[in-house]
Amino acid sequence: MNGLANASSLFFLSAGLSLIFGVTRIVNMAHGSLYMLGAYIAYTCATSLGGVLGFWGGVLATAAALALLGALIEIALLRRIYHAAELFQLLATFALVLLLSDVVAALWGVEDLLGPRAPGLRGSVEILGRQFPEYDLFLLVVGPVVLVGLHLLLTRTRWGTLVRAATQDRDMVAALGVDQAKLFTAVFALGAALAGLGGALETPRQPANLGMDLSALGDAFVVVVVGGMGSIPGAYVAALLIAEIKAICIGLGTQTIAGIPFNFSKLTLVAEFIVMAVVLIARPYGLLGRAQGMPRHAAAIQDPIEPAGRRARLLALAVLAALLCVPLLAKASPYTLVLGIDVLIAVLFAASLHFIAGPGGMHSFGHAAYFGLGCYGAGLLLKLAGFPMAGAIAAAPLVAALGAAIFGWFAVRLSGVYLAMLTLAFAQIVWAIVFQWEALTGGSNGVLGIWPTAPFNSAWVYYLLVLALTLAGVLAMRRILFSPFGYAMRAGRDSPLRAEATGIAVLKVHWIAFIIAGTVCGLAGALFAFAKGGISPETIHVSRSIDGLVMVLLGGMHELAGPLVGAPVFTLLQDSVMRQTPYWRGVLGVVILALVLVFPMGIAGTIAGWAKRVAR
Amino acid sequence: MMLEADKLCAWYGAAQILFDVSFDVGRSEVVALMGRNGAGKSTTLKAIMGLVGRRAGGVRFDGTELLRLETFQIARLGLGWVPEDRRIFTDLSVRENLDVGRRPANGGPAWSEERVFELFPNLAEMRERPGGRMSGGEQQMLTVARTLMGNPRMVLFDEPSEGVAPLVVERMAEAIVEMKQLGLSVLLSEQNLHFAALVSDRVYILEKGHISWSGAMRELEASAQVQRQFLGV
Repeated sequence: MNGLANASSLFFLSAGLSLIFGVTRIVNMAHGSLYMLGAYIAYTCATSLGGVLGFWGGVLATAAALALLGALIEIALLRRIYHAAELFQLLATFALVLLLSDVVAALWGVEDLLGPRAPGLRGSVEILGRQFPEYDLFLLVVGPVVLVGLHLLLTRTRWGTLVRAATQDRDMVAALGVDQAKLFTAVFALGAALAGLGGALETPRQPANLGMDLSALGDAFVVVVVGGMGSIPGAYVAALLIAEIKAICIGLGTQTIAGIPFNFSKLTLVAEFIVMAVVLIARPYGLLGRAQGMPRHAAAIQDPIEPAGRRARLLALAVLAALLCVPLLAKASPYTLVLGIDVLIAVLFAASLHFIAGPGGMHSFGHAAYFGLGCYGAGLLLKLAGFPMAGAIAAAPLVAALGAAIFGWFAVRLSGVYLAMLTLAFAQIVWAIVFQWEALTGGSNGVLGIWPTAPFNSAWVYYLLVLALTLAGVLAMRRILFSPFGYAMRAGRDSPLRAEATGIAVLKVHWIAFIIAGTVCGLAGALFAFAKGGISPETIHVSRSIDGLVMVLLGGMHELAGPLVGAPVFTLLQDSVMRQTPYWRGVLGVVILALVLVFPMGIAGTIAGWAKRVAR
Repeated sequence: MMLEADKLCAWYGAAQILFDVSFDVGRSEVVALMGRNGAGKSTTLKAIMGLVGRRAGGVRFDGTELLRLETFQIARLGLGWVPEDRRIFTDLSVRENLDVGRRPANGGPAWSEERVFELFPNLAEMRERPGGRMSGGEQQMLTVARTLMGNPRMVLFDEPSEGVAPLVVERMAEAIVEMKQLGLSVLLSEQNLHFAALVSDRVYILEKGHISWSGAMRELEASAQVQRQFLGV
């Protein structure tokens, strides 16, 4: 019963996400943020006005305010990126997540805020001998009501017919004289209003808090993917399924299976992602979803990558020489070495992500998972298995490789937004396991005391070790890209069917590439663990995956040198901004937006473009 | 003149497809664009509708310059487009497909659901059927009907005779003749000389994105040499 009440909010949230995706083909990463904003606005209405008007009026006002905000976002941002690559759309909306998160923190503060109970529904009724809150009963009913309302809107009105037609073929709808811009704005506003409604209705049950945006987004992703992208009834069925499974896990509590006590309530985080993985494998387009048509505007054709010329090689040697000189500065400012190590690890991390995202065309949104596996692999091997430092650093990438082999096997079977969501889900699983398996990983405290042993215990020696390993990793991946394997990888990206027809086992090639990237990423994680002396779940948070993507995009997705430029710029920028302002997330959000709107080719890409134009 | 293209150029990405294509279509005139595969016939129609990446030159429809307008604005001026791959909304029923195309009459003849069902009686029998469960010929008829629901003053018709049964081809020819009688202008992209000759007044022949011949339909029919040079395979 509790699950049924939870399902309603989840359904509003996911229905909005699904609707927006169906029509605009954009996965709105900021959807959880709109939900969070809804909760905060409803809280303010309910507490400042109070009474029936404050609560119920507030719920409606929240939905209206979110609709307005949604329309504004659509007009100001999304309209400019409908024809951009998928990855840019995901990043642009993720920038909104960062921005809105800081806006909420600035306006409402960081405290959790529990709203008052709903006027008129404060009591509870007895059902089957159990007390059941009236408000939950109300939620239980309101979900199906909205489902039916949405269904009627979409099937019985001309507006709904136009929305469904636009979901299928936007250009054709335009050629019949329909103003898509207005249609898209309306759909986005409706989706945002639904998210706001979901958030508003949750305030009496759960406190509004700053972590709501990403957790709601994760939940909504799972529901939408399980139900089928763009299917409203699918979203309802999936919301019910997920909410029930969670409720059952909590209801079971600690049970003893085969003599071992097992706490099911800790399984909730993992359970939903396991459901999602199972559904995606059995029905890749969700329970009630259908295969998406290929996008009509295919991505622009990319120039083939070229081996470095003489000038580029000289430049690389000069940079290397400069990097070798960094330890000389250490006396004057020891912080330089710390920052240098951070930058090098970021380069290795970003380069491994670029390896699969650029030439592989697999836009992983969960690369932090392999970083985390390397990190925790090294830490735990050192602490629990008693490995020496060298052994831990050598073995940790293998842990990451194993994880990449398992996750990658599923991931390479999907593409586009489904791949992005699945990789994100896998990263969340790793995060949840690390966070909840306190006995092994120390939970939120992490693992401490992972320091390098002699001779690496002085910072400059460790810096040189990191430099050597980063160089080795980057060069090895570069070498692979110019081998027949690398050609097969790119062929598989550009035209899977034609590549298959010429005898390339595309899935296998991409799977191996995924494992290679995971291994290198694991190495970066292991080096990170020893550089920081300790690790915490923070290390593998979603934001690290996104940071990686921003680094790659900042440098330029289509340039081999992209991550080598993007990672240092990003790390230095983050380092300097973080020390200036508590609102660095917001600043980062603005940087990403600027990047997407102004420099879609990235830094290295833009410079390469200029160089080509000059050469002509 | 209903439609005048003046040195129209069009690109897909970096590739230029049309080079200074100029032609015109008069009021209630049927003009055929002919030429081999890949000559740029479909692209010409899409360029008029604003559905290609980049355009240059000029296209005027009833005096209004189209190059600066968006696709939906072009359609609202009274230009209908029947795409060659039909692009039926497969999830929508026949009725709903027609509903998407519906627009108020704009100086042209007013079409209603009942009138398009008179023109294509087959469709009347499958009003509630989803577009995805129709044959190719039925879809072709639905596409034409959907375009007519917008009450266009001119129709751009892309390869109506391709890949459908002879009976459907006949229906298409009848539809074009009826449109002409109602005062509509038609620009037809066609490879089938027999079909084009049945309905068209004048012809332009496209070759690799350039107009290489133009004249009356009768002239083309009379000249075996022109046919061999520009249309033969």
